[in-house]
Amino acid sequence: MLKQIEGSRGVAEAVALCRPEVICAYPISPQTHIVEALSTLVKSGELAPCEFVNVESEFAAMSVAIGASAAGARSYTATASQGLLYMAEPLYNASGLGLPIVMTVANRAIGAPINIWNDHSDSMSQRDSGWIQLYAETNQEALDLHIQAFRIAEELSLPVMVCMDGFVLTHAVERVDVPSAELVDAFLPPYEPRQVLDPDEPVSIGAMVGPDAFTEVRYLAHDKQMQALELIPAVATDFAAAFGRDSGGLVRPYRCEDAETVVVALGSVLGTIKDTVDELRDEGVKIGALGLTSFRPFPLDAVRTALGHARRVVVLERALAVGIGGIVSANVRMALSGIQLRGYTVIAGLGGRAITKTSLRGMLTEALADRLEPLTFLDLNRDLVDRELRRTRTTRRSGPAAENLLRDLGHARIG
Amino acid sequence: MGQQRIRFYQTGSFAVGNRLLDPDQRSVQSDTRRTNSLNSGHRACQGCGEALGARYVLDAVMRATGNQMVAVNATGCLEVFSTPYPESSWQMPWLHSLFGNAPAVATGVAAALKAKGRTDVRVVGQGGDGGTVDIGLACLSGMFERNDDVLYICYDNGGYMNTGVQRSGATPHGAATTTTPAVGPAPGNDFGKGKNLPLIAMAHRIPYVATATVADLRDLEYKAKRAMEFRGARYLHVLVPCPLGWRTASNETIRVARLATETGIFPVFEAEDGDVVDVTKIRKRRPVADYLETQGRYAHLFGDHPREDVIARIQAEADRNVRVFGLVDSAVSDGRG
Amino acid sequence: MFQVRVHGRGGQGVVTTAELLSVAAFSEGRHAQAFPTFGSERTGAPVVGFCRIDDKPIRTHEPVACPDAVIIQDATLLHQVDVFDGLAADGYLLINTSRSLGDLGLDSFVGRFDRVMTVPASELAMKHLRRPLPGAVLLAACAALTGQIRLASVVAAIEGRFSGQVAAGNIAAADAAYEMVRSQMKEPARAEAD
Repeated sequence: MLKQIEGSRGVAEAVALCRPEVICAYPISPQTHIVEALSTLVKSGELAPCEFVNVESEFAAMSVAIGASAAGARSYTATASQGLLYMAEPLYNASGLGLPIVMTVANRAIGAPINIWNDHSDSMSQRDSGWIQLYAETNQEALDLHIQAFRIAEELSLPVMVCMDGFVLTHAVERVDVPSAELVDAFLPPYEPRQVLDPDEPVSIGAMVGPDAFTEVRYLAHDKQMQALELIPAVATDFAAAFGRDSGGLVRPYRCEDAETVVVALGSVLGTIKDTVDELRDEGVKIGALGLTSFRPFPLDAVRTALGHARRVVVLERALAVGIGGIVSANVRMALSGIQLRGYTVIAGLGGRAITKTSLRGMLTEALADRLEPLTFLDLNRDLVDRELRRTRTTRRSGPAAENLLRDLGHARIG
Repeated sequence: MGQQRIRFYQTGSFAVGNRLLDPDQRSVQSDTRRTNSLNSGHRACQGCGEALGARYVLDAVMRATGNQMVAVNATGCLEVFSTPYPESSWQMPWLHSLFGNAPAVATGVAAALKAKGRTDVRVVGQGGDGGTVDIGLACLSGMFERNDDVLYICYDNGGYMNTGVQRSGATPHGAATTTTPAVGPAPGNDFGKGKNLPLIAMAHRIPYVATATVADLRDLEYKAKRAMEFRGARYLHVLVPCPLGWRTASNETIRVARLATETGIFPVFEAEDGDVVDVTKIRKRRPVADYLETQGRYAHLFGDHPREDVIARIQAEADRNVRVFGLVDSAVSDGRG
Repeated sequence: MFQVRVHGRGGQGVVTTAELLSVAAFSEGRHAQAFPTFGSERTGAPVVGFCRIDDKPIRTHEPVACPDAVIIQDATLLHQVDVFDGLAADGYLLINTSRSLGDLGLDSFVGRFDRVMTVPASELAMKHLRRPLPGAVLLAACAALTGQIRLASVVAAIEGRFSGQVAAGNIAAADAAYEMVRSQMKEPARAEAD
């Protein structure tokens, strides 16, 4: 049914349709609306049988999900930013134990400095945790991916995080199609655990594994993600057949077939990128875009196929590997190993800075002329940065950098 | 009234044998049909108080629940020695996640069972004092305040033993550990620090809180059984001597635990909804020195340069416990003269 | 695509205004997107709401830089925030005020815009709703001014969000505003002279 609702609401309704048995979450902007909506559905009895546990921290949230999932319940939680970091230990524990938990990450920057706005540094920081990572481009896809996520997770016995841009998607009111309960039930059967805590068939789960078997255990974890490379597109195909629309999958190329330049990105920025690509195409530029939906497992083959024929690849990412540069671009480069082309990393939208069509056009104009640096920070206020660098070079007690920058910005505005 | 009052006529013996009793009064441990929840073959140290306590408690819980129980274990000695890869000594469903999250994981198991309508299956969370009073405290408090249907058992040996005997928030005052060594003007664990988890549990007003030791099997079994009669959050704090960390002889574990109660250092009691409802009285009070001198971790208080002042402070704490909990009936001598 | 930017202060229902505009467009079978500037909301702090309406799916989620219409719910913002940023000369400008543009010191500002309309939205809201929440009024005024949505859609959006007296009050205020703007538009000379 078509509804004009907030992205968070759409996700909550999708999760509810998946019939989770345990929901445990700790509030953090910008995920709050999702868990608030779910708590109302549980409290009113609309979503039953389901236990909603108001946990005392994100560490507890993931831990409760672990216990619930190990006891055979379909379990769900959601978080962002600092909360994802706070649950880092149980995050690895969940994937190591092979528990099919599904979690929404409402992508938000990580501090310090504290920042509540959208970027991908949170989920990127946990890219090696063993969780499958899927990135939604739109609110419709965010909704759809949760339904697919439970199926993928339970089939593989591996947890899945669905990433959606915080505020930008979570708090945008848009038209989405919320599927019927019958359709979801047909697509997503009840959870049949591979391992479960059952007094009738006792097992010990979580034993220590020494050097004699640890490598093999880790190899199997990697193998599961390799299986996911097949399963994710298969589930997307099934989804399209059942629900009538394309959602999910590994990658989504846009006008790449004859493109000489391709922009690679994840998440909602792809919308603006596509608008920019269309404009440039109208002007005769052979440009396309490649959206990455699955970041883990990283679809090396699919990316190579989509980009291999291009002359120029611009990877636009909303996260930064401090000390080296791009995260996504490093992974993309691996997919293109052996292929000669010009690659550019553009760090954009950190901490919620808007990525505008105007800025994208400007950056792409430079890229098309190969005037771009290998690593660029889009819309960097060079003046602001230089002022702080000068300050630190001349004074030892230069004070907190962030506050200095804010003060300078304030002066600029007043003056 | 609390525990059974059984008088043993065999003195000088620590037998838990029950031939003189009616079958229904015998301990779970004396029954050949006990589950041996923690089965033999585990790798605990000789004389490990935690292994003893865990077996006693869990067998009693299995009896009380008709073997319908799931256990969640924190990282620590119990988890490590009970599951030496590739073996497990557990005879019931058992889950180990992390060091600090056992109470939260147990909450999750209980929530799942409730959602599935399997409230006949009960949940136990367990860990050492490190995992319970320090790193696991936030999760434990969360479980308490939500009144989740979990019995949490803390096996308290006063330190992080599995990692080499470091100090925890439950380490008693004056005790030497590797991070509170017996050197300098204030040797051993500082006074004025530390937490009392049973009291913290009571402050949450949960249905049932009890303390016990491995010296009194029947009391321990009774409390495990009693705890399972409640629904909601329950807490059992069991004193378990650690021969390695306490530097006691491995055949002294039960005797040392008994001394802890007889000196008043470890009060044994039950509380419901935040109020003490029963206390185990001390029959014959012993001075704290009798307890302290059994253990190498207090050796620095004796010997060539004895620290009578420290012993006096520990005595004062024990006296306070006696007073606050009413551990000694006025008619009975405190045996210190 | 038709893009609207709504300026106001926290607590005045700016976000709701943008949302209801999108709901109204949705009810007419069009694609619509609404979102606020995000942040630690404080009552009284400047807030911006955005709304895009189109007949095809809206892909971009960046803030509205070049609005086709700007709605100003709180006229005190006019000298504090650049509310006109990106608005073309032929864009629509709808200002909530019962005073004249001259009184507001805005003659020079708005002189470059052709389609300016003032509406005493807060007063209408007080009259029909007994609360100074001018959103519904401004939505109806926007419908009248721009023709992007029908009044009936605005009413339906209000009924979907509110109930009882609150809905009735909002609808009455909306109706009144719609009529007021329509009649003002029939007399363009008077609108500009104010």
